[in-house]
Amino acid sequence: MTESADKLIIGGREFSSRLMVGTGKYASFEQTARALEISGAEIITVAVRRVNLDRSKESLLDYIDLKKYTLLPNTAGCYTADDAVRTCRLAREAGMSDFVKLEVLGDEKTLFPDNEELLKAAKILVSEGFTVLPYCSDDVIVCKKLEDLGCAAVMPLGAPIGSGLGIRNPYNIRIILENVRVPVIVDAGVGSASDAAIAMELGCAGVLMNTAIAGAQDPLAMAEAMKLAVIAGRLSFRAGRIPRKLYANASSPLDGLIG
Amino acid sequence: MQIVLNGESVEAAVGSTVATLLKQLGISRERVAVELNTDIVPKAGYETQLIADGDKIEIVHFVGGG
Repeated sequence: MTESADKLIIGGREFSSRLMVGTGKYASFEQTARALEISGAEIITVAVRRVNLDRSKESLLDYIDLKKYTLLPNTAGCYTADDAVRTCRLAREAGMSDFVKLEVLGDEKTLFPDNEELLKAAKILVSEGFTVLPYCSDDVIVCKKLEDLGCAAVMPLGAPIGSGLGIRNPYNIRIILENVRVPVIVDAGVGSASDAAIAMELGCAGVLMNTAIAGAQDPLAMAEAMKLAVIAGRLSFRAGRIPRKLYANASSPLDGLIG
Repeated sequence: MQIVLNGESVEAAVGSTVATLLKQLGISRERVAVELNTDIVPKAGYETQLIADGDKIEIVHFVGGG
């Protein structure tokens, strides 16, 4: 059981890092690039937006070594299946990859997924050959439906996007883990390194985050903390924790005590 | 002629193609996607795809996001 053999496989592609990182909200493109590098992430999310017609020549991708990362374009800001599908088609044309993070939002205040529209979009995208990673509720029924439609993973939220509230319902995540076979990746809600470790200790295949790193007082230090937390959480899960007991169980031998 | 480019009404020369439009805007074709009246224009079609008066064009790229 070596760490090197513990690969994450999504859509037939193999990844060593189980930390996926967003590229929004950083102070600068330089900081984005440094944080990505330090995090060790191999999959990074990006958004699809109109080119600014009077823009400067600088763009995010000028700062990122595209050979090192798998871009995971998102459909952030889409509230209907039609808009999300349209955005994915544009992303595939711009990026030449079939990977998409599908999100169809139901409400601006919570940014919770609209599961009905999400399922509709997932069905179309799978039929068009996309490798679909859907951001979804921490609801095993929705996750199973997404798996049945052919999604390459499911990405239940730990808490609302950008909230930093952590894994609010670890039992729901456990139920999802016990009932779907595709990789389960906690997407959204992580605030600190311990949250990421908890997700991994539950047995998740990975964690996706943006604000927790970009919004930290020191994003580069937090990128490193998250990298280590995901590795530690994964190892802890694989090592198999001790059962919880209500009463003490001495670590030192009772034999040979003086007196 | 007038076209609607990324939501803005702009003047374009008659006979423009997607390729000439991108060149005029100084946009490299590798990292963008182009939609003409909500249909994607494949990169291989940029040279031949003519733009007509009143067309709605979207040019998108990747930006930072979660």
